[in-house]
Amino acid sequence: MNRNIIISFSFHSLLVIITAMSFPFLAKKPIDIPPVISVELIQITDKTSIPFAPKAKKIIEKVKEKEKKLVSEQAPPKMVKKEKPDAVPLPDEKIEKIKKIKDEKQNPKKVETEVKQVSEFEKKELFDTNSIAALIDKSKVDSAETNKKLDKITQDQDKSIDFSGLSLSEEDALKAQIFGCWSIPLGLPYNENLLVRIKLQLNPDGSIIRSEILDHARMNKPGQGFYKVLAESALRAVKLCQPLRVPSTGYERWKELQLNFDAKEMLEG
Amino acid sequence: MFLRYLFILLVILPIKAFALIEVDITRGNLNPLPIAVSPLSIDENSKNNFKKILKKENLGSEISAIVENNLRQSGLFNPLNKDAFLQKPEIANLKPRFEDWNLIKAQALVTGKVSLVDEKLRVEFRLWDVLAGKEMMALAFTTVPSNWRRVGHIITDKVYERLTGEKGYFDTRIIYVSEEGSKTNRIKKLAIMDQDGFNNKFLTLGNELVLTPRFSPTNQMVTYLSYFKNLPRVYLLDIETGMQEVVGDFPGMTFAPRFSPDGKKIIMSFAQGGNSDIYTMDLENRIVERITNHPSIDTSPSYSPDGKYITFNSDRSGYQQIYVMNSNGKNVKRISFGNGLYGTPVWSPRGDLIAFTKLHKGKFYIGVMRTDGTGERLLTENFYQEAPSWSPNGRVLIFYRETKTNSKGEGFSAKLWSIDLTGYNEKLVKTKTDASDPSWSSLLSN
Repeated sequence: MNRNIIISFSFHSLLVIITAMSFPFLAKKPIDIPPVISVELIQITDKTSIPFAPKAKKIIEKVKEKEKKLVSEQAPPKMVKKEKPDAVPLPDEKIEKIKKIKDEKQNPKKVETEVKQVSEFEKKELFDTNSIAALIDKSKVDSAETNKKLDKITQDQDKSIDFSGLSLSEEDALKAQIFGCWSIPLGLPYNENLLVRIKLQLNPDGSIIRSEILDHARMNKPGQGFYKVLAESALRAVKLCQPLRVPSTGYERWKELQLNFDAKEMLEG
Repeated sequence: MFLRYLFILLVILPIKAFALIEVDITRGNLNPLPIAVSPLSIDENSKNNFKKILKKENLGSEISAIVENNLRQSGLFNPLNKDAFLQKPEIANLKPRFEDWNLIKAQALVTGKVSLVDEKLRVEFRLWDVLAGKEMMALAFTTVPSNWRRVGHIITDKVYERLTGEKGYFDTRIIYVSEEGSKTNRIKKLAIMDQDGFNNKFLTLGNELVLTPRFSPTNQMVTYLSYFKNLPRVYLLDIETGMQEVVGDFPGMTFAPRFSPDGKKIIMSFAQGGNSDIYTMDLENRIVERITNHPSIDTSPSYSPDGKYITFNSDRSGYQQIYVMNSNGKNVKRISFGNGLYGTPVWSPRGDLIAFTKLHKGKFYIGVMRTDGTGERLLTENFYQEAPSWSPNGRVLIFYRETKTNSKGEGFSAKLWSIDLTGYNEKLVKTKTDASDPSWSSLLSN
C-alpha cells in the first residue's frame, strides 16, 4: 500500500514537472540559447565589381548585357499579359449597368438617382478616411492585445522548442527577398524602439491572403508618427515582394508567418 | 502507463501546433522612394483665368513641378518621369487605376485639382499608397493666386511628413548675404529667398558690409552684423516693415548674433580690449546680461531648442574648441576633443546634435556631434566652407563654400550648398549672385 502511494506520488509529480516544463511561460526564464549565426547569401556581382578586379568586371558586364538582351526578348509577351488589368473595370461597368437597370425599375426618375450618386461621391471625397481608420483601429485594440499575449507565448516557445521553424537557407532566401523590397524611410530617428511586427497568412505559392500589423493600436496614437511610417513601409515591402520566396514543402509550417521589421541597425549605420 | 504517456503527449502537442515562425527583417534598401507626382488637373476656364493673372500656361503642371523638384532635392524620394504616366490627371485625381501606377513602379502617388473660386486659388490634393491601393491623405487649400508657389511647398511638406514621419522644411525661406564684385571689392547685401531659390529679394542696398544674418523663430525679424560707419554692430531688421535698429548700446564691437528659441532675446559676442565675451539682450526691456567672463575669446553662441543650454566656441584651452554651458553661464564644459580647430557650433532644432565647422590640416569640414561631444561625424570636406544652418526639422544643413582663386586672383566664387545629416545628397542651392552666411527660417505655415 505504502509502496503504491510512493509510486503514484512520484509518477504524478513527474507528470506535473513535465507539464510545467512544456509550458515555458510558467517557468521563470527560458534558457537563453545563443542565436544561430546565419550565413547570408550575397550576390557575387557585388563583390566582383570592385575596381581591383577589372577583368572580372568586364566579364560580368558582358554576362549582364546578355541577360539584359534575354530579358528584353522575353519582355513583349509580359506586356501583353499586363494589359489584362485594363479589362478589369468591365465587371464594374456591368454592375453599374445592372444598378442603373434596377434603378430604372424602382425609380422612373432616372436623372435624379444619378444626381444623388454624384453627391454621394462628393461626400466620400470630403470624408476623412483617416478618422475612419482610427475608429477601426480603436475597435481592434482588444484583439491586438490578445494577439500580443499569444505572441509572447509563441516567442518563448520558439526559444525552448525549436523544431518547427524554417531552415537557415529557407529563412535566408526569404530575408534576402524582403531586404530588396523594403525601402526604409530615411527620416526615422535611430534611437527609438521601432519594431514593426506583421503577421501574414500565406497561400502555398507564397502570395498573401492577409497581412496584419500586430501592434495596430500603436499606429494611430499621437506621437507615434514614426511607427506608423515604418509600419506602412513594411506593409509596402511585403506587398511589393509578393509572392514570397517560401519553401516548396511544408505549407502547414509556414502558412502563418510573422515578420519583425527593425530598421535600427540600418539607421544607426 | 501507456495512457499516462499519451496524456503527456497530448499536453505537449497542441503547443507545437501554434508555434508561429518568426523572421527578423533587419535590413532594407536605402533607395529613395519611387513616387509619381501627377500634374494637377485644371479645367479650361480656370486655366485661362490663371494665364491672365499669373502669366503661367498651366498652373496645375507648374505646382506639381514644384512638388516634384522639392521631393527630388530632399534625396528621400525619386519622382518618376511624367512621360511614363498612363493615366490622365483629370481621371487620376478622381480614382487612380493603381495597376497602371504599379506598372511604372510607383509606391506613392500625388494627384490633385486646381481651380479658380471667387478670384481665389483653390488646390485640392491627394496622396495615395499605390501598393495598398488606398488614399493616405486628402487636403484642400484656398489662397490668393500670387501665393501659388507656397501652395506647392505646403503640399510637399504634407507629403514629406506623411511618408517620412517627420515634419518637412519646404515652406521656408533662407536669408543670406548676396555677394557681387571682385574679391577685393565685394558688395554685400542681405537677401531673402524661398528655400528653392525663387522669390529672391534684397533687404539692404549694399552700402555697408553685412554678415551673419539670422532668422528669428517668428520669422518677422532678422538679426545681423553690419559695418555701418565702419563700426561693426549687431542690428535688428523687421522683414515686413524694413525697420532697422542697433541692438544694445555697447561701447565697442558686437558680432555673431542669434535669437533665443523664444525669440525674446538676442545672444551675441561683445569685444573690448582684445577680449570677447558672450552677452544677451532682452528685446522687451533692453536689459543686457553678461554670460561668460573669461580672458579668452568666446564667440558664436547658439541656444539649445529648450533654451536651457548654450553652445559656443572659445580658445580658452589654447585652441578654438566647442563648449556647452547652462544658459546662465554656469557649468562650462568642453565637448570637442578631436584634432584641429572647431568653430560655429549650432544646436539642432531637434536638440540631439550640434553642427560645426572644423579646420584640420588646411581642410574645412562641416560635421555634427552629439551634445556631449560624442559621435563626431564629418559630413563634407572642402577647400573652404563654413557656417552651417539647420533646416527646421533638423535633417538638412545649409552652408557656404568658397572656391580657390587662381594665380591671377580670378575664379573666386562663394555658393550655398546643402547636405543631408547622413552625409549624402550634397546639393548646390542656386542663387542669382554669389552667396554666403545662409540662415534657414522655421516653417512659415505653422
